[in-house]
Amino acid sequence: MNPRNKVTPGTNRPDTLKGIYAVWWREITVFFRETPRIISSVMSPIIWLLVFGAGLGGSLSVQGLDYQQFIFGGILVQTFLFSSLFYGAYLVWDRKIDVLKAVLVSPLSRSSIFLGKVFGGVTISLMEAIIVLLFGYLIGMNYSAGVFVLALVLVALASAGLTALGLAVGSFMESPEGFQLLSSLVLFPLFFLSGALFPINNLKGPLGILAAIDPVTYIVDILRNVLTGIHYFDPMLDLAALAVFIVGANIIGVWAFSRMKS
Amino acid sequence: MAIIETSKLTKHYGRIKAVDGLNLKIEEGEVFGLLGPNGAGKTTTIKILATLLDPTSGTATVNGFDVEKYPSKVRESIGIVFQEPSTDELLSGYENLKMHSMIYGIPKSEVDKRIEEALSLVELTERKNDLVKTYSGGMRRRLEIGRGLLHRPKVLFLDEPTLGLDPRGRETMWGYVQRLVKELNMTILLTTHYMEEADALADRVCIIDHGKSVAIDTPENLKESMGGDLVTIVSDSPKIGEVKKLKFVKKIEKLDGKYLITVDSAAENLQELLKKIGKVDCVEVRSPTLADVFMKNTGRGLEEAEGGWFDKIVQQSVNKQ
Repeated sequence: MNPRNKVTPGTNRPDTLKGIYAVWWREITVFFRETPRIISSVMSPIIWLLVFGAGLGGSLSVQGLDYQQFIFGGILVQTFLFSSLFYGAYLVWDRKIDVLKAVLVSPLSRSSIFLGKVFGGVTISLMEAIIVLLFGYLIGMNYSAGVFVLALVLVALASAGLTALGLAVGSFMESPEGFQLLSSLVLFPLFFLSGALFPINNLKGPLGILAAIDPVTYIVDILRNVLTGIHYFDPMLDLAALAVFIVGANIIGVWAFSRMKS
Repeated sequence: MAIIETSKLTKHYGRIKAVDGLNLKIEEGEVFGLLGPNGAGKTTTIKILATLLDPTSGTATVNGFDVEKYPSKVRESIGIVFQEPSTDELLSGYENLKMHSMIYGIPKSEVDKRIEEALSLVELTERKNDLVKTYSGGMRRRLEIGRGLLHRPKVLFLDEPTLGLDPRGRETMWGYVQRLVKELNMTILLTTHYMEEADALADRVCIIDHGKSVAIDTPENLKESMGGDLVTIVSDSPKIGEVKKLKFVKKIEKLDGKYLITVDSAAENLQELLKKIGKVDCVEVRSPTLADVFMKNTGRGLEEAEGGWFDKIVQQSVNKQ
């Protein structure tokens, strides 16, 4: 037998859907094996709600709502805001340990790899949102099953934009040390200006303008609206802002991802 | 038609020329070795050919496709085993291969068969369900090789496949590569700074230094180009004048108090050489190696070229890219 006849090397055409699934599958599998990441992403919002919400809540109420319940929507957003952005920026770590390189030299297109990653981020956000929403019942929130599902749909949409933004940041970052910078320059401003923790109609002047251009403001507003009925903007405006953000972040993300060499 | 061809390929990092006008022509089915010290431009060349870096100037084609114009066509034709391990630590060996086969669109009916084959070729079948972070360096290397050939690429790049392995691990790895070539008939481009490795594995070798090709040929021809065997003699008062008259003596050099004499067939002529030269303290006879070829073409030793601070800086800046 001539072993040379056994196989013929050739070219490989990837199946796009299968490729996206493979990237998504890797993200989720790895996520579940990194226990500290799961614990911190679920524990931190619960601690916020309990300590911050209950602590301040004793002395405050907003528009007839107990403060803890007022910030509930904001804390839900905080959960997936942090996890989506960090998840995306985690790309820089993938690059550092060279895992990404093996995918980048494959024939799978950059936008497919990008989509697989975004789906991964959305899935993780959804899992965390389910835990936070279930926890909500324990602190006296009451929303119907329909509202629960609607909230999850909004979480998925918002997370698709935030993960894309994180991936864009991650593909520009040179080293994981930039994580600190990401927190102080991107995450905290986005979060604190969004009105997650206070009524936004009290913001005047430049702060008010900054809040108005912060995409997270609209995510908080619509989720709080859905969960408690309190809102500062028309829901259609929220949805329009969200749509612009998702499309914009994904366009920037795909572009940033394509220019990245390794 | 050559399966890999580069023409005046050049890559600058700032002022440093990592690759400097490289012309290569690699035929299908060939095992081609790029031999040179660290920082010679080997990895940069591979990264350009694998579409991970754009060249500053010049062109390169792989499987007939220009790497800058048709990167996805090139990616469909290649597999690569990186210098730094790129398998996922938090996945098992099997899962790494599974993910790879999904990304490359290997038909479902074939996947398990191919994974089994790859695992047994690199002897990791028994550890396939363990997470990669529990593997030794050598095992990770082997897994990478198994993964690189899973989709049966036309061209496989092996970037320093034995870097960091102990001598035994290195020989095992050579065995794998040789089996690969035999069983899969791939074209392999391999980089190494171990001259024994290039000698053992490559059909043809390109010796590369400071991004330039200094010699390309089969290892045999390269060694023959040295012009014969090397006899090193330590002696206080050798009769060099006498020795020069001998017909089979090609060249005499004095190096660090030793005499380096190049002769035709030392086996036949050593006796006569020693008779003529007079009293000697020490004699060493050997066939030329690729390290000697490197020395002859660049004026310095392969090991010496290795350790320079300049080369290290170049290497670091290349790795960062």
